[in-house]
Parts: sequence; C-alpha cells; structure tokens
Amino acid sequence: MKLIKGKSAFASIAIGKIAVYKKKEQRIQRTHVDDTKGELTRFEEAKTKTVEQLQELYKKALKEVGETGAAIFEVHQMMLEDQDYLDSIFNMIQSQHVNAEYAVGTTSDHFSGMFAAMDDDYMRERAADVKDISERVISNLSGSMQDANVFKEPVILVAEDLAPSETVQLEKDKVQAFVTKEGSVNSHTAILARTMNIPAVVDTNIDLNKELDGHLAVVDGFEGVVYIDPTDEVLDKMKQLQAEELQKKELLQQLKGKENITLDGQKIHIYANIGHVSDVASVLANDASGIGLFRSEFLYLEKEDYPTEEEQFYVYKTVLENMAGKKVIIRTLDIGADKQIGYFQMDKEENPAMGYRAIRICLDRQDIFKTQLRALYRSAVYGNLSVMFPMIISVEEVHAIKKIIEEIKAELTKEAIPYGEVELGIMIETPAAAMISDLLAKEVEFFSIGTNDLTQYTLAIDRQNPKLDAFYDPHHPAILRMIQMVVENGHKNGIWVGICGELGADESLTEIFLRMGLDELSVSPSYILGLRKKVRGINVGGKNE
Amino acid sequence: MKEFKYVIADKEGIHARPAGLLVKEANNFKSIITMEKDGKTADVKRIFALMSLGAKCGDEVIVRIDGEDEAEAAGKLALFLKNTL
Repeated sequence: MKLIKGKSAFASIAIGKIAVYKKKEQRIQRTHVDDTKGELTRFEEAKTKTVEQLQELYKKALKEVGETGAAIFEVHQMMLEDQDYLDSIFNMIQSQHVNAEYAVGTTSDHFSGMFAAMDDDYMRERAADVKDISERVISNLSGSMQDANVFKEPVILVAEDLAPSETVQLEKDKVQAFVTKEGSVNSHTAILARTMNIPAVVDTNIDLNKELDGHLAVVDGFEGVVYIDPTDEVLDKMKQLQAEELQKKELLQQLKGKENITLDGQKIHIYANIGHVSDVASVLANDASGIGLFRSEFLYLEKEDYPTEEEQFYVYKTVLENMAGKKVIIRTLDIGADKQIGYFQMDKEENPAMGYRAIRICLDRQDIFKTQLRALYRSAVYGNLSVMFPMIISVEEVHAIKKIIEEIKAELTKEAIPYGEVELGIMIETPAAAMISDLLAKEVEFFSIGTNDLTQYTLAIDRQNPKLDAFYDPHHPAILRMIQMVVENGHKNGIWVGICGELGADESLTEIFLRMGLDELSVSPSYILGLRKKVRGINVGGKNE
Repeated sequence: MKEFKYVIADKEGIHARPAGLLVKEANNFKSIITMEKDGKTADVKRIFALMSLGAKCGDEVIVRIDGEDEAEAAGKLALFLKNTL
C-alpha cells in the first residue's frame, strides 16, 4: 500500500480504480510568418471559437455549480477580450512576424508571470486561469482539442493538474474523485470540486506513472490522503466512513425543510453556533433556521491590530446577506486574559475566568465597543440582526450598554450613515444574572443561556481540570433549576429564552427543555438535524417514541 | 472630470469575479475610467490591469472618470463599488 499526502479540496471519501490522465504536450514552435494579416485572421478565428467554447462551459457550469462557480468562465472570456492581452498578441504577430501560437504563448507567460509574482495567494492562482485560456486558444489554432475523458467505469482521475475548464467537464458518474500532482485549495479547480461535491486531493507531488492505471485507490478527502492498493484494514475503515457519510446525507434529505415541532405540536427554534464567516455554509447546509450565536472574537483573533469598523461591517453584512432574512444573533467581543491577543495589551491575571473580560473590557474601553456597535448597527440594514452581550451580572451594565448604543445611533444619524433595527439580548452565564433574571428581563428582548460558563461558575469547577471529573455533573439540579427560573422570568416579562451552551445539544435533556418551555436551542451545525429528529419524536404532554 | 475615493471593504479585495463585473460595468460608459492605488493607475476597462493593482481590503483607491457621460458613470460606479466591493 502506498500513502500519498496532499491538500484536500473537498471532504468526502471515494473508492475506485485509478485512471492516469496525461495531457498531450503542447509544444509551441516559433515560426516565421510573412502573411501577418492572415495570421491575425487565424488568431481571431481561434479566439472566437474559444469564446464560444467558454460560453458553453459557462452554461454547463451554471447548471452544475450555479452562478458563483460558473462566473470564472465569464472572467475567462473577459481576459480573452482584454485590450492589453490582445494588443500584446497583435503587436507580436505584426512586428515580429511570428505565428499566432507563439504570440499567444509568450503573452500568456507574460500575464501569468505577473500574477504569479503578486503577494496575494488568491491573485497568484489567477496565473492558472491565464494559462488555461491561452492553452485553449493554442489548441484551437492547431486544431487539436483534447476531448473530455471517456471512461467505461467510474474512475479516480490522477493528473498533473486540472484546469477549471477540465474540471467542469468531468462527468460525476464517470469520475468519482481526482488527485493532482500540483494545484492548490484556492484554485478555481478546487472551488469547482467543492461545489460539484467531487472528492479531490491536490498538491500531492504524486508520481504520474501509467503503471498506476487500474489499481484500487481510496481518496480520503477528510484527511487529504490517498491510499493506493489499500490494505484490507484501511479499506474496511474507509468503507465504514463512507457508510456513515451516506447515513448523514440521508438524514439530511429526510429532515431538511422539516419543522422543529414535537408530536403534540410544540415548536422550538433550532439555530447554529458558529465562530467564523466560513461556517455560514455549514449553517445553511445543515438547514439551521438561524444563527443563535455568532462568536465575533475571530475578527479580533485573526488580526495583528484592532479590526476597523469597515472590516467588521463587511463581515457582518456578508453573514446577514448569506442568511437571507434568517435570524443572526451576534455576540459582542468575548475575550479575556486567557486568550492572549497581543495588541490588546491585557495584564496577566491569576483568575482570567473571573477577570477583566468580555463586556467589562467593552464598558471600560468604549472605543473598541463603539467601533463594534457601529459596525453592527450599520450591517443591520442587510438582514435580521440580533445582538447579545456576554458576561452580564447587573442591570447597571445593561443601562450603560444602552446609553452607549444611543450615543452611536446619534453619531450615525449625524453622519447620515444608515443603520437598522437590532433586537437586543444578553447572555445569562453568571449565577448573578440567573438570580436577577426577573429584573434583567425588563431591560432586554431575549436571554441566551450560556450553560458552559454558567455551570462552571455555579459548581465552582474548572472543566479543564481532569481531577475534578468525578465532581462534575453537567445535569446538576442547580443548573436545571436555574434554567427553569430564567425561562419563567423571561416569559413572565414577555421575552424569549434560548440556550447557546453545549447543554443545548444534549439529547437526554431535550424533553426536559421542551417541558420548561425553552424557545430556542442553538448548537453546533452538525448537531442540528439529529436534534430536529429528536424533537419530532417527542410528545411533550405524554408518551414518547 | 469626476473623481471619487473609495475604501475597499470586500475582505478579499478586488478579486477575479468582482473585477470582471466592474470591468463589465465600466465598459457601459464612453468615458475614460481609471483607478489609482498607491500611485499606480490602471484602466478600469482592462481586467488584467485592474487586477494587477492588487487592491486589497482596506485599501483606498481613487477613481477618475473623464468623458461625455462622466456624471452618470461616476454615480453608477460609486454605487457599484459600495454594493460589490
């Protein structure tokens, strides 16, 4: 068994026979041409043919992967019509009396070289796009268009690299997966693989030996590993993973679009907890009806300096737009001394869990808080936004927050910058907040119970300390009683109450939570459908499935 | 001649797809349209030139429009940038 490591472009498992694909070498010969006019015409014809092919590819891609994925072929067309690109080719043919193939090849090298030299990863990838279209033009010039692969049975394609145009032409029932020697996960090829759901592992540096043809291989798109001639042990393990994956997919099919409703008609919202913009895809894939907790810390953790209002505004706007009207609850900055963010310059603390963190930083350093609030309120125009504040222990804190909000609203109005309505809530994650939840309920529009921290503070147990495992009971009656109290106080004052801590995903508690009357559970995206299934099988009033 | 400044808000800067859309939009107008970043200027109707500016999130660019439809172009392009980049 041979093991090849690479980078995964799409996480899925494929098992099949290898087919090695070697592109016919396009040797570009430089020849002298006397009839430059004729040569220009030759080029024009090849260019027109190429544009037509790109339009066909665009249509196919549109069907397979939708507008965003297909857009690359529109960009390819634009590159082909770019005046600088065309000027370069025309000038070479006319002034140097060379053949069109050579002119195109040299122009391609020049422009792809320009991209390859840029210091942005994404831009460097565009070099491949230039090569792709130029090669296509050259193929059309010499009349040798290599046909899309024809296989008798579904194969695992092994190649040096695949151009976006080649990827989109792959028939999913013929090609189970592909493995390339070169390539990157940022390339359009990888993006297309992801959208087409074809497992792919790239940048493997695999030896393109024709002898590999017909050998059994397993592509593990989760780990980015390819097993050639796998042992029985590996094969069995992979088959099992594949079966599990299939099960999950079927669950998805059954439950997608179905309501989170019990057998006796009680509804509950099931939302997703996420920590990064890139997780939004997972939220939608798992059919969450909203985002119950968007941890905004990543914006601060990912940078070398405070994220600006514009940067934050753009991220919040993107999430809201992608969620298309579904509720998005963003939690304001929740960091402490335990997350060492250099530029915040926070003092080291003996007890970071009980220290200068979360809302305390925001109320103390209002410049940071105002920046985030401004960005949030501005983004609210683009979707359904709620904002919640972490680590609250008093009514005074909420009053201070609201005062600051009024200030930024006034500022934005004065600056004629549009902002939207925002539903305001707080996290109940301290015993203090739980105990005065009747008072807090009068100040906000919702509660979200952060069971992780609430449990820690209430049981006085550090969950990271394995010595305390024997003492730790996540279902401790103190916690359950607190949750019940918070729900009752919330409802008495007409506000909704949800859970965003890990306890929300604990299916042994789902029935209890429903009985308490919780309005919302926000969990990790992968738990959503399982939870929905559980809810749909419960009879709150009586006997269950 | 019309001129306006814009700060790129798109996290990925001017990458292929919005660049393509911007070039498409610019080509609707007769005016000469350029974008300047850090002293480097590119013709907005030319996609390679535009992408070579390497305009990233947070960069401030100056868009200049000169021609018979400059007023209309300025308005439409400013709106386009705000919505797409």
